[in-house]
Amino acid sequence: MESVSAAQPGVQVFKKQSQAKEVWRRFRKSKGAVAGLLMLSIIVLLLVFADFIAPYAQATQQDLAIKLQGPSFGHLLGTDAFGRDLFARIVHGGRTSLSIAVLATITSCLLGSALGAIAGYFGGRVDSLIMRTLDIFMSIPDILFTMAVVFALGAGFVNLLLALTLAYFTNYVRLVRSQVLNLAELDYIEAARAGGSGSARIILTHILPNAMGVIIVNTTLNVAKIILYESTLSFLGLGMPPPAPEWGLLLADAREYMRVAPYLMFFPALAIVLCACSVNLIGDGLRDALDPHLKS
Amino acid sequence: MYRYVIKRVLFLIPTILGVIFIILLTMNFTPGDPARALLGESAPQADVTALNHELGYDQPFTKKYVNYVKNMVVHQDFGTSYFTKQSVFDEIWPRYQITIKLAFMGVFLAAALGIPLGIYAAVRQYSLWDTIPSLMAFLLAAVPAFVLGMVFLFYFSLKLNWLPSYGIDTWQCYLMPALAISIPPAAMNLRFTKSSMLESIRQDYVRTARAKGASEHTVIWKHALKNALLPVITNIGLSLGSLIAGAVVAEKLFSIPGIGSLIVDRISYKDEPVIIAGTILIAVCFTIVMLIVDLIYAWIDPRIRAKYARTKG
Repeated sequence: MESVSAAQPGVQVFKKQSQAKEVWRRFRKSKGAVAGLLMLSIIVLLLVFADFIAPYAQATQQDLAIKLQGPSFGHLLGTDAFGRDLFARIVHGGRTSLSIAVLATITSCLLGSALGAIAGYFGGRVDSLIMRTLDIFMSIPDILFTMAVVFALGAGFVNLLLALTLAYFTNYVRLVRSQVLNLAELDYIEAARAGGSGSARIILTHILPNAMGVIIVNTTLNVAKIILYESTLSFLGLGMPPPAPEWGLLLADAREYMRVAPYLMFFPALAIVLCACSVNLIGDGLRDALDPHLKS
Repeated sequence: MYRYVIKRVLFLIPTILGVIFIILLTMNFTPGDPARALLGESAPQADVTALNHELGYDQPFTKKYVNYVKNMVVHQDFGTSYFTKQSVFDEIWPRYQITIKLAFMGVFLAAALGIPLGIYAAVRQYSLWDTIPSLMAFLLAAVPAFVLGMVFLFYFSLKLNWLPSYGIDTWQCYLMPALAISIPPAAMNLRFTKSSMLESIRQDYVRTARAKGASEHTVIWKHALKNALLPVITNIGLSLGSLIAGAVVAEKLFSIPGIGSLIVDRISYKDEPVIIAGTILIAVCFTIVMLIVDLIYAWIDPRIRAKYARTKG
């Protein structure tokens, strides 16, 4: 990437910049993307230092004497039906929800990209075997498959991660495969092959880095999707086993007290929406920054 | 074209068999056995073993799979519920229709809301017709269906008392659940339609149409829209998956006796036959809809038809 900066009138200085710098420069220009990044940073900081802000005990310890109190100075967002501090529950719930979302995104990205790269690069029988199996996988609606996995293996962090990975890796297979199919035709790949590089080396060092932009954008947007999906699962009671506070679970609990304590519903919902929104803003900003042609 | 249709329809069979295989294989990891679940904890071990043998539980997985498919296709027999001891099919079928009805209402509403707004946003880019719906779509893309459902429930049932909060007795009952599950996919449809429409408006053939003097109405609705709708159709098909998830949530939230809430409820009772049958029935319906979407796509897009005629025809 080369950028032109006019240091003096009439004199053009060509300066080589790294791709990351250039992307960051374009990313910074978008107000929405910066706002999203700022919002997400605040959320992540809150979650990382959750123990200092609101000890975990406040999120799980029941104290019926102070149940269903509205927001106050003592309890910033009020207390739930068991006298647990809602703020602490949201912060600690966010820890689980967000870490599952990020981990599941990474695992589904790795699994899907690997399969997609193999299918696209080798083509032929390998390709049709992977893609036909994938077609079958995609014929099962995500929610049903997740329910089946959670039912068969039981609820828990690892099983939830597995269920989410299996639900989301299919996107990456198709995405990476189509990228690889486009790139594998190009001359520089031919050159690398003529130079004696093996398949693994060509895929890892020549093809995937060029498909990275699209993968990164999709990964970011996927984090938001998984946050929403994970909250849906925990709302249905298919997430982490209680008493772990999760955003979806908080909302499921709030349902009974909608009439007397609507804030129990309002704040966790706000947390989900803010989180997903900021990730989406970053994703859109990244897409525009990585590929200016796509900007509409 | 006929060859294409026939080939795609025939491919439905291995797909459905594959779906059943994956679901049964996943369920095979479940601890516990069916006879113990049917007879209860206190039944003697000999009876349990005998019933397990009768049910075919002690057979190898491949044989169980073949038997399950055979019973399903030939006798519509999906086994007996561990929980209610009734035929699974009788229990599931009426609920299945409710879920499918709800999901299709969602598909229809999502298309009816999202596509026209998306077209309008693209035609009137940067006007208020564009910015307001686009902003709404962006925000609503970050709201899960169950949160929307809860907000509707809070305002329209609890605060305003306009709509019933549960059941399916009257048509009003369907309003909130259908709207709640259709809004997130509607937002997706809007964004998709808008970007695809913007792309096709800038194509050369649209400029040609304008140059030859076609009215703006003809240019937009006849020339630009036809091409722009292709990716949207795929998106509608894909959104059915999230609508089924939405239907499950809406059933739970609005106490609708559908298949999704049945499966979720029976998970805690470990009622395996109901869960397997429910999952398979919905997956089969989903597969068929995806096939129809693909066929519509090929029917509309002459490029796909032509490609097929050339290579195989």
